[in-house]
Amino acid sequence: MNSSVSMTSGLERQPPCLMLASPILTIRGAEKSFGDVRALRGVDVTVYPGEVLGIVGESGSGKSTLLRMMNLEEMSDRGTYHLDLPGREDLDLFTLDRFSRRMLRAHHIGIVYQNPHLGLRMNNTSSGNVAERLLMAGERNFAVLRAKAKESLDASEFPTARMDARPSELSGGMQQRVQLAKAIALEPALLLLDEPTTGLDVSVQALVLDTLKRLQRERQITMVIVSHDLGVIRTMADRVMVMRNGEVVEQGLADQIFQDPQHEYTQQLVHAKL
Amino acid sequence: MNMHTPSTSAPLSPVVLSVEGLAKHFEMHHLRRTLFAFENVGFDLHEGEFILLKGENGAGKSTLLRTLYRSYLPRAGHAFYHTKEGIIDLAVAADVDISLLRRREIGFVTQFLQARPRVAAEELVAEPLRLAGTPYARAIEEARRWLAAFDVKAELWAAYPSTFSGGEQQKVNLARALILPQRLLFLDEPTASLDRQARHALVARLAELKAAGVAMIGVFHHPDDVAELIDREISLGIKAIADGAYNVAE
Repeated sequence: MNSSVSMTSGLERQPPCLMLASPILTIRGAEKSFGDVRALRGVDVTVYPGEVLGIVGESGSGKSTLLRMMNLEEMSDRGTYHLDLPGREDLDLFTLDRFSRRMLRAHHIGIVYQNPHLGLRMNNTSSGNVAERLLMAGERNFAVLRAKAKESLDASEFPTARMDARPSELSGGMQQRVQLAKAIALEPALLLLDEPTTGLDVSVQALVLDTLKRLQRERQITMVIVSHDLGVIRTMADRVMVMRNGEVVEQGLADQIFQDPQHEYTQQLVHAKL
Repeated sequence: MNMHTPSTSAPLSPVVLSVEGLAKHFEMHHLRRTLFAFENVGFDLHEGEFILLKGENGAGKSTLLRTLYRSYLPRAGHAFYHTKEGIIDLAVAADVDISLLRRREIGFVTQFLQARPRVAAEELVAEPLRLAGTPYARAIEEARRWLAAFDVKAELWAAYPSTFSGGEQQKVNLARALILPQRLLFLDEPTASLDRQARHALVARLAELKAAGVAMIGVFHHPDDVAELIDREISLGIKAIADGAYNVAE
């Protein structure tokens, strides 16, 4: 049981015994301070292969800092981070230098940001944006790059007839699909989604979520999704972590968090949903 | 605590679920009060057995089913589930283990559809099969067979259930919940508001599952619908005791 979880009722849960696979992601004791502000206070995260973990919490709860840590953009002041990658199981990723972090991220972690400017070069072609990820991993053959980029765009349900359009010419929903295509191009061990549908029209949001859901179903991609939108989390997540003031106040199966929230804060959050 | 009086009508098949001293409270923080749903519930459920859960409105019948399925967290007690790998206590099992069991062998059948945007009815019904590894074409074919059995019109199969009427949504949900042969099924008023043909299809499917050894416990607004399936009844409610299979403390 996560040491930072305070249960107000219910029983202490046991360690897994039927789930035989090792966790794909294990973070222990993540801490982060920005000046006097403690953004994360000893957070533990465990994600199993094929799972979708949702992280909810209001602005300033630390959820985005935690996601950036998973993406190795932000280093923890303390604690450890392991990904279950062949031959790297024992490597604490928080100890890596900048270059190693970048290589690891390129090969094994995909991310979709709320703001496409963070994830894409807006004036490169869409296919070029996806190919960039493949180039970083060492692919040099132009025909292969283009074919793989097309395949990835297609899997993200991007209309491949427009694969040479620049993201700056595309709608918000399409920009998210290009980010997604880039993120999954190398079949990452972990796909991180930072408010992936925030700011999109509701109908476009539903389409993007549907694509994510389908990808998850067909490829069993392990995902961590951060959102303040409980509807998105409810649609996507198997398990949910609720964060407040840099701490995990509660975690559980998605239906339990929404139907029987234990912590006072989670109850407020769930009951405030329209 | 006085639990587990052996039931005379209990079948001799192996136990699937053994519930002991189960309790559920709801802490309602904004009201500064605790709601007591049930206390000290205990019973055994055997392979191929069908238990009807009885009790007045508000007695905690649906709450009990949801607590066993772990949509609700129990306050105390045990729910020992006998798997092939051994016995696991559903009351305290890790979330990932519960997820695994739900995917493989424990189902929850309710009248409410968890509608997902932009997923066709046949895809939704086929999903449990697909997760269990059935190839796409065969899963869809099987899904259509079940949608037809539940009398969902063929022109709706490729449409999104979020736009369906309540009755049609319920049929899609039932087809989805029952397409996989589970080992343990929780039934939360699955027949409510179903038309005759769909109800008939549902009862026929439940009979088939029961014959295949699936253990079931459920709440029914009209128990007559499933009269032929019921092996045993358990009443839930303050001081109410039926067949000695459980006790409820006030």
